[in-house]
Amino acid sequence: MQLNRDDLKEAYRRMCLIREFEDKVHDEFAAGNIPGFVHLYAGEEASAVGVCMHLEDRDAIASTHRGHGHCIAKGCDAEGMMSEIYGKKDGLCGGKGGSMHIADLSKGMLGANGIVGGGPPLICGAALTAKTLKTGGVAIAFLGDGASNQGTTLESYNLAKIWNLPAIFVVEDNGYAESTASAWSVAGTQTKRAEGFGMPGVEVDGHDFFAVWEVAREAIERARNGEGPSLIHVKLNRYYGHFEGDAITYKGEGEIDKIKATKDCLNLFKQRVVETSLLESDELSEIEGSVKSYIDQCAATAMSGSTPTEADLMTDVYLKY
Amino acid sequence: MSVKSYRQALNEAIYQEMERDERVVVMGEDIAGGMGAPGEDDAWGGVLGVTKGLMPKFGRDRVLDTPISESAFIGCAAGAAATGLRPVAELMFVDFMGVCFDQIFNQAAKFRYMFGGKAVTPLVIRTMYGAGFRAASQHSQCLYPLFTHIPGLKVALPSNAYEAKGLMTQAIRDDDPVVIFEHKAMYDEEMEVPDEAYGIPFGEANVTREGDDVTLVAFGRMVNLANDAADSLKASGITCTVVDPRTTSPLDTETILETVSETGRLVVIDEAHPRCNMATDVSALVSQEIFSDLKAPVKMVTAPHCPVPFSPALEDLYIPSTAKIEAAVREVLGKGH
Ligand SMILES: Cc1ncc(C[n+]2csc(CCOP(=O)(O)OP(=O)(O)O)c2C)c(N)n1
Ligand SMILES: [Mg+2]
Repeated sequence: MQLNRDDLKEAYRRMCLIREFEDKVHDEFAAGNIPGFVHLYAGEEASAVGVCMHLEDRDAIASTHRGHGHCIAKGCDAEGMMSEIYGKKDGLCGGKGGSMHIADLSKGMLGANGIVGGGPPLICGAALTAKTLKTGGVAIAFLGDGASNQGTTLESYNLAKIWNLPAIFVVEDNGYAESTASAWSVAGTQTKRAEGFGMPGVEVDGHDFFAVWEVAREAIERARNGEGPSLIHVKLNRYYGHFEGDAITYKGEGEIDKIKATKDCLNLFKQRVVETSLLESDELSEIEGSVKSYIDQCAATAMSGSTPTEADLMTDVYLKY
Repeated sequence: MSVKSYRQALNEAIYQEMERDERVVVMGEDIAGGMGAPGEDDAWGGVLGVTKGLMPKFGRDRVLDTPISESAFIGCAAGAAATGLRPVAELMFVDFMGVCFDQIFNQAAKFRYMFGGKAVTPLVIRTMYGAGFRAASQHSQCLYPLFTHIPGLKVALPSNAYEAKGLMTQAIRDDDPVVIFEHKAMYDEEMEVPDEAYGIPFGEANVTREGDDVTLVAFGRMVNLANDAADSLKASGITCTVVDPRTTSPLDTETILETVSETGRLVVIDEAHPRCNMATDVSALVSQEIFSDLKAPVKMVTAPHCPVPFSPALEDLYIPSTAKIEAAVREVLGKGH
């Protein structure tokens, strides 16, 4: 399997969409237009897109509190997402979920999640459905380095393996869980943990879209062929704080700037496709421009959207008191 | 005495108890912060800064950052408590009890009784609760009724900074597992709080307003709303008694029954969902014990039976308000009010 020109453009478009979306949310949060807890995915785009480029609607993913990137990569409507984050009635979840709970089950997006380690068991379930109903689908849990220490995660590795489920665990290791370094909090290594459960585990540079795309292809192929679960340890960096409002004092001096300058996943992608003449830089600029105006429009729509009212409070329940 | 926030009062209580007793240790996620990281140590001091400054004073051996493994570290705190330490473990948001409740209700809570009175488990679990932060369905719940249901757990809900320091100090000195519920919307609320250490005995309610017409029993942050409602109703010539039970386990049933007997009317205010919560519990108590003293049916003001919505427009409708409390008071007083 190869990425053709259209695939490459689509991958770049999705990565730009995520970056632009997150930069916009960052600004809008700072301006006081967005309430609540917001965790941004900027810097990590190559992971979500590198994996999700292989997926269809029949495939399921479970996300985390840092979920906007996974949602966009899996095909959720960015305008509906933005409205959700603003708490508006036209949001993907009617304004009831917010940033941490964006979901679109019709796209196989089982939800961002406010509970660290909430996703991996759900993905065993989605994989069981795919296996039982023979849909040919696979199920993928994105989880952080912090979530890799949660009991639910380790129990899910075991369950996925002994039931030979078409499940994949993508550990996005951005070096930190809140202010705590993963170098300290994770005993052993992610890939050795996988090995311990008898499943293939690989480490990959998460700034490199092509590297992620390739290891994801192998893991997904195995799962589709009935060869069971895999783990992918993606090493990457987040550009913003743990949540919006975090002063990031725990990181080293210039740590983020250095990554931005040398390992930005969008820049690396651009360099690679232009140098190898796979795409023209004009084509990439065009994508950047159209994504930017689309995101501006999403924010404007979200801003002017109507807020839910009292009549909406007690809908989606089966009991009222 | 000096002016302190709810956050500072909690911090001071833990600080003073750690100074007094070297067996007191604290643990939790990012409770100091910056663990293993190249930048600032004590970078967070807990997600909302309650434990800031403890690590620099008492060191990493007594202020333990944990991985995100609630079952393991909450259970570890229970085991340490049963064997000689006095741990104060932070369950960051009470919503995360789902991950670790076994260690709390099947383990820590059971030791004393199940082991024939031989175990002592001086465990404190600090946890954040409550709506109003736009934190949505998995970071805004109340859930104290679930803990109150379990024999072997003590449950405290400080309603202001003074209460917070006294109840936290008492909890650390107590020999049984205590769960302290800190309302996340109250951390910046300030008042005069004594500088020296003091405890507030569990199971002794605080009567914050005295009146003749209606008794308001309220829990946690709702005490403040009940006080506001009582103050505002005075303008209409209605006077209320407000009772802050302070702890839901043990519950000061005596003060509740006494004050309701005096006024003959009861409004219970509880931020938890309306079934099997503290409001239904207090209503049952009153109707069972002093039915004949009641002049009107009991009224409950609670959140509705739905998850906490994200949208500010919906969350504001979800949380009990002083307006709803005032309306309930007028309703139990009947026509003409
Ligand atoms: C069960 C549970 N414990 C703790 C938290 C609080 N919390 C939210 S995100 C987070 C850090 C997660 O780190 P990681 O898994 O590495 O993901 P990242 O934020 O780096 O993307 C913590 C501790 C939570 N939401 N759920
Ligand atoms: Mg992380």
